[in-house]
Amino acid sequence: MHQELIFRVLGLIVVGAPAALFLVLGLSSLLRDRPLSERVIVACVQAAIITGLLASIGIFSMMLGLGVRHVPIVFERWVDIPHYHFAFKFEFDRLSVPFVILTFVLCGTISAFCRRYMHREPGFNRFFALYSLFLLGMVTTSLAGTIETLFTGWELVGMSSALLVAFYHERLSPVQNGLRVWCVYRLSDAALLLASVLLHHLTGEGDFDKLVAVGHWPEGAALLTGWQCLSVGLLLLFAAMGKSAMVPFSGWLPRAMEGPTPSSAIFYGALSVHLGGFLLLRVCPLLDQSLTLRVIIVAVGVATAVFGTFAARVQTDIKCALSFASLTQVGIIVAEIGFGLRYIALIHILGHACLRTLQFLRAPTILHDYRILENAIGARLPTRTSFVERQFSDTASLWIYRLALQRGYLDSCLTDYFAKPVLRFFQSCDALEQRWTTFLSGSGVSAAQRADATPTKRETMR
Amino acid sequence: MSDLLLPWLEASILLLLIGALCVCRVRDPHHARNLCLAFTGLVLFCTAGAWFDFEHLHAVEADDAWHLLTRLVGREIFVIDQLSAPLLPLVALLYFLTTLTTQGTKVHRFSFVLTLLSESILLATFSCKEPWLVIALLATGTIPPYLELRSRGQPTRVYALYMLVFVGLMVTGWTEYEIEGDGRIHSLWCVVPMLGAVLIRSGIAPFHSWLPDLFERASLGTALLFAAPLTGAYAAVRLVLPIAPDWVLQSMGLISLFTAVYAAGMALVQRDARPFICFLFLSHSAMVMVGLEMVTPIGLTGALCVWVSIMLSLAGFGLTLRALEARRGRLNLTEFQGLYEHAPALAVCFLLTGLASVGFPGTAGFVGAELLVDGAVETYPYVGVAVVIAAALNGIAVVQAYFKLFTGTRHQSTVSLRLGQHERFAVLTLVAFIVIGGLLPNNGVASRYRAAHELLQHREGLSSQTTTTHENADHETDESVRYWMDEGETGDDMHDRKKADNIETDQNKTEASREP
Repeated sequence: MHQELIFRVLGLIVVGAPAALFLVLGLSSLLRDRPLSERVIVACVQAAIITGLLASIGIFSMMLGLGVRHVPIVFERWVDIPHYHFAFKFEFDRLSVPFVILTFVLCGTISAFCRRYMHREPGFNRFFALYSLFLLGMVTTSLAGTIETLFTGWELVGMSSALLVAFYHERLSPVQNGLRVWCVYRLSDAALLLASVLLHHLTGEGDFDKLVAVGHWPEGAALLTGWQCLSVGLLLLFAAMGKSAMVPFSGWLPRAMEGPTPSSAIFYGALSVHLGGFLLLRVCPLLDQSLTLRVIIVAVGVATAVFGTFAARVQTDIKCALSFASLTQVGIIVAEIGFGLRYIALIHILGHACLRTLQFLRAPTILHDYRILENAIGARLPTRTSFVERQFSDTASLWIYRLALQRGYLDSCLTDYFAKPVLRFFQSCDALEQRWTTFLSGSGVSAAQRADATPTKRETMR
Repeated sequence: MSDLLLPWLEASILLLLIGALCVCRVRDPHHARNLCLAFTGLVLFCTAGAWFDFEHLHAVEADDAWHLLTRLVGREIFVIDQLSAPLLPLVALLYFLTTLTTQGTKVHRFSFVLTLLSESILLATFSCKEPWLVIALLATGTIPPYLELRSRGQPTRVYALYMLVFVGLMVTGWTEYEIEGDGRIHSLWCVVPMLGAVLIRSGIAPFHSWLPDLFERASLGTALLFAAPLTGAYAAVRLVLPIAPDWVLQSMGLISLFTAVYAAGMALVQRDARPFICFLFLSHSAMVMVGLEMVTPIGLTGALCVWVSIMLSLAGFGLTLRALEARRGRLNLTEFQGLYEHAPALAVCFLLTGLASVGFPGTAGFVGAELLVDGAVETYPYVGVAVVIAAALNGIAVVQAYFKLFTGTRHQSTVSLRLGQHERFAVLTLVAFIVIGGLLPNNGVASRYRAAHELLQHREGLSSQTTTTHENADHETDESVRYWMDEGETGDDMHDRKKADNIETDQNKTEASREP
């Protein structure tokens, strides 16, 4: 009983620290005309991260010491009506504990870096408010014990990510790219929501524990049939593909580099980009039940890795090159999950996230680093052609180069064959509606047309 | 029927009528606004009192204390029940905040008399269960916007045409119902006109053209107050849900599903903020209709939750847009406006209320949206996905509008665009409700479940069903009775209710057995 209480208190601190941080930073920007000072913001962020990290290390130590493999913290009666039960559940196990510790460590590192990097930036407060939202989302997703809890964290990560891509919002390009990122996220979120509903129907609730007959992650077998696993798994894979920029949704990844470097590091180098892999790891008992699903996952992973490695080689911008290098590793991780190598995939995620964060944080000084290296060796850095590259003819090389430079035309394909036709359809519907309203009103000019013609106050003043 | 401690409902409606009389005698618009604010504030207090009083009673429905109106007309007119209890203070809050946020520059164009009158009509509608009176009130409720359009010199033909058809269909349908009488399955001649009326009032495609037109031509405040309470959904619950057969409701649910996606898509391509928010309303209104037409406990609970949440969130969203319009004039969505630096709090509230409307986690709409999706997929296994698509498109539309209005360029202005005290209070109040409702949803959802359960009971009581359905209903009743007990109902109350349920079920069974 005593032990359970300690676990519960520590667990609540792990989740509560980022929530309190977001509350403080969010409320201060809403209620106060003057934002908090940089020093106060940084102190709040550090306090929350250190508290959360210490609590999660505490839980980890207790789990190791007591030999406990699974610590659930459940808010049973969050929504409890007949025919429907919605519990908020956080779960500490072999998957979630390393991930949540990684989240706190990397977020702590990035916050320390940001203290100087974002110094006197006009949106300092906004940056950290969104950053705390991201932290809250990551912790919630990592510890989620039900698919609804995971969905909550997933959405928070998506929202903060899109707004941070558009952080320099007085320029057009970051805003447009932020919107693009948000569109892809919303589609993948829709898939996750459907998976959640389907899981509810099949198992009666969205608890990950109820998916498996016995044992805790990574052991256990799903209680669903092969077809059920395939349908839920495909939806989850779709959600993972959107979140981790896997093929064919990879187009948004270079666009997301418009955000500040620290946020790019934490999102697209370290944490957010691995969430797809994390989701697949979390539901791995489902994958075991369907060979078809596993084959599809491996195929998607390999395709993403190949695409990432080709695209990374032709990038002229270090952040984009790093993001595609990340994508290559994410593809490999997903393929590993498809092959059933769960621990390897987990270790791969942890190692890759740390390495890539370091690389992203060094990215602004890459020219300086190159100069040091070249001074040290006394010559230009050597450029070598790989074995694979030497196998292609000049024409093929040129063709592949162009394909890679255009990022496989994936982005344009989605825009031209999906987004634009949909928008054109609704635009034509809008025009039809306006004609119908004009006809009915008998005024000759519809209200919308008049509104278009009405000058704004600024135009009038001019 | 239980009695409230005070005549809250009658007092609210009477106060508003007195307020309208007082305000129409005042010439100074600023004074009129203050007077209107005082009356709407008092009414907010009364309706909140009615809600708390009703919750304290643990009753299915309650009448006003002292029965003043009952003594006058000889029958109970205004009652409060599980469905209307939270809607009444919400409507009052909406009117109060809209009046509060009316800018000094707009007081000349916004009619406070009509606002008070329309609030009284709306509160009366939501407090009334008598079908003919509901129809009369719904019809009367269409008049204030018409008068405003006339006074602004705007064409009224589209609005008047649709509203005439709406009223005509309602009257035709209910007359047919009266002719056919209670206790049998009703013909399509009765059901279809009623459904048509509800679809028009709720703006379900292709009967929705009047609403974008109203948003374009009327003042934004009036349009918001006319659309936000989802009066069409109320008409559906009171007039159509009890009499329409399942298959008709489900077919109409499919049309509403289509509308939810269509309106969300249309919101994406709007070039002006007003039609944009109108299509957002339409999409959400259609989603509520989808839930209402499912006739399952979960779907209905989801619809009622979404109803409350969108009243809060889209009203907040509308008020932020209204505050922006008061500063910038009509808002064009084809160009980036870059207003964030000038109005950061407004931007945050805009985004928060917009996301709350699409059921973003942590906001009041989250659980409702989940329930709605769950019910939709259960009822329409293949096309229920449309609710998810509509929510996704609405989310994209909201963020797109946020980016267009608040980012993308650096706006130059010598005038401060920051929120005023009144506006800040209004928007923060709504934001507080949205967030608290999102973090602690159980009580709200439980209350909506009870309302859904009552509606289903009422529907089962009125329409003839097969014995099998009643057996299922008995089972559900037992489960729900246990739930009422869990929620703190006294043993006597529960016994009375169960007894009433049993009598009702027996009556229905007898009726069913009489049928060939």
